[in-house]
Amino acid sequence: MSAVREQTAPHPPPSTSRPRRTTGPGRRGPSKDGGRGIWPYVLIAPAVLGTLYLLVYPLIRAVVISLQDFGLRQLILGDARFVGLKNYETLLGDSRFWEVVRRTFLFMAVNVVLIMVLSTLVALMIERLGRFGRIAVLSALVLTWAMPVIAATTVFQWLFHSEFGIVNAVLTDLGFESFDRYPWFAHGPAAFAILVALIVWQSVPFAAITLYSALTTVPTELYESARLDGASGPRIFRSITLPIVRPIFMLVLSLEVIWTFKAFVQIWVMTNGGPGDATTILPVYAVQTALSSQRYDLGSAASMVTVVLMSGVLVLYFRQMFRQEDELS
Amino acid sequence: MSTTRPRVRRIPLNAAAVVTVVVCLFPVYWMVATAFTPSRDIQSDNPRFLPRSWTLDHFRTAVGADGFGLFWRNSILVTLSAVVLALVIALGAAYAVARMRWKGRRQFVLMVFIAQMAPWESLIIPVYIISRDTDMLDRLPTLTLVYFMMTLPFTLIVLRGFIDTIPPELEESAQVDGCTRPGAFRHIAFPLLAPGLMATSLFGYITAWNEFTYANFLIIKQQDNRTLPVWLSSFQNVFGTDWGATMAASTLFAAPALVVFLALQRHVTSGFAAGAVKG
Repeated sequence: MSAVREQTAPHPPPSTSRPRRTTGPGRRGPSKDGGRGIWPYVLIAPAVLGTLYLLVYPLIRAVVISLQDFGLRQLILGDARFVGLKNYETLLGDSRFWEVVRRTFLFMAVNVVLIMVLSTLVALMIERLGRFGRIAVLSALVLTWAMPVIAATTVFQWLFHSEFGIVNAVLTDLGFESFDRYPWFAHGPAAFAILVALIVWQSVPFAAITLYSALTTVPTELYESARLDGASGPRIFRSITLPIVRPIFMLVLSLEVIWTFKAFVQIWVMTNGGPGDATTILPVYAVQTALSSQRYDLGSAASMVTVVLMSGVLVLYFRQMFRQEDELS
Repeated sequence: MSTTRPRVRRIPLNAAAVVTVVVCLFPVYWMVATAFTPSRDIQSDNPRFLPRSWTLDHFRTAVGADGFGLFWRNSILVTLSAVVLALVIALGAAYAVARMRWKGRRQFVLMVFIAQMAPWESLIIPVYIISRDTDMLDRLPTLTLVYFMMTLPFTLIVLRGFIDTIPPELEESAQVDGCTRPGAFRHIAFPLLAPGLMATSLFGYITAWNEFTYANFLIIKQQDNRTLPVWLSSFQNVFGTDWGATMAASTLFAAPALVVFLALQRHVTSGFAAGAVKG
């Protein structure tokens, strides 16, 4: 729920329990007078209208602007002309844009792999801990998860402060003399690494807790009977744990991929895409192009490319989710 | 499982647990510790993990900073109004989805799920332009509307899950006893829903409380309408290199969210929204 994210915004963890009855007797059906007439539509109207104006309309506007010649002059005078796909041609012909796309995928891959590996390990660890250890680790995870993005970003800037930061002090004490006053944010790879550390630190709690709650749904009888049948530890993991946890794992994986794009805030506040272009990923590039360079058309086009990339992941996510639904009902 | 294991086998496991806790908590601890450390100790060449002496000076600096009270007020105002709006509108819609059968219901649920995944980071440009065209730049209600939309889908999904867990028979029998349908909902279901409403609204509140991007790009000229995250992100202009004050401000800003999460921990860790992702 923010990590990312968010970590920012808390998302409901993918469900791990309570199959809902959708058919057969006992179906939670309408009351005798319910569902007929106009009432349901009156009840959903505000939500629908809000979504149309605050979500669908901006999305359409973004598509339209990305097809127009839209700069500062058009913003003020409002006389934008349609130029077809020219903005997209400009983008795709720009080597800097391809750099950014490559960097976005690299950034995403590094983050997501680290998040998934660490969360899985942490989830398996929580399951094996005693009562006290479990509560301690879960509390620590929840506290990390609750840390607001901006506060966390500020703290990481302070941790890696070149002169008074604790990280440089510890590294120097450990004998890495080269880290004395090492300016982390002045070097591309170092700044990139700090951002990855920050995002992984913020995202692991949600993923680990969700995976752990998936692990707890595995019935203990299964484990016991498998052990009675003489199955080895790895074999039990492969044949029992994995099939049950896999759908949740896939859900978390796609969520984390989507949330990596939300790393915009951390990057914007910490490095503003710098040094140079070292930490500029697609959303940062789009906002820089539009709101800093006043090329709203190119920025919107870059945003649309981002949305298309994200939609691909989203389709996978929904397919996974509905498949899980079908298995349950 | 673990009781049968010899103690020696558990040492690596417990070590891993300790490492996890330390890695999670250290940045949070360091924020709070720095906020209480006197400046001369902060700017020493060898920082200590435990502050030698404690001081409240940094908190005084942070609270006394220009516009501090104003930004708190703005943040609280925008957050509260967005969450209340989302709750009211989501409650009606969630009731329609959970208790009534109508044409387009499935499509509506799918729309809500997709809306929950809205690419807000990619919508900032059109929202900026629309706000500019409708004369809504630099105004707090604009932020309220955006935050309302950000939290609405989640709120709706979770509330619908909560309503689903309340047997409709309760309301039906109340109706037999002469209650109207809304009356039955108000007297029977609503009291049962209250904890769910609380939990949901707290998550919405955290989302809105932490939102930076829109607050940063939609409030430009009217500096008095800024919110806390934006103010905190510009601390270098406010406090310069006064890291103690910066950490104190961060601590104050993070405290509400940390408290809320810890209070809700049981809900969070028990898969709080178990009913949330069910179609």
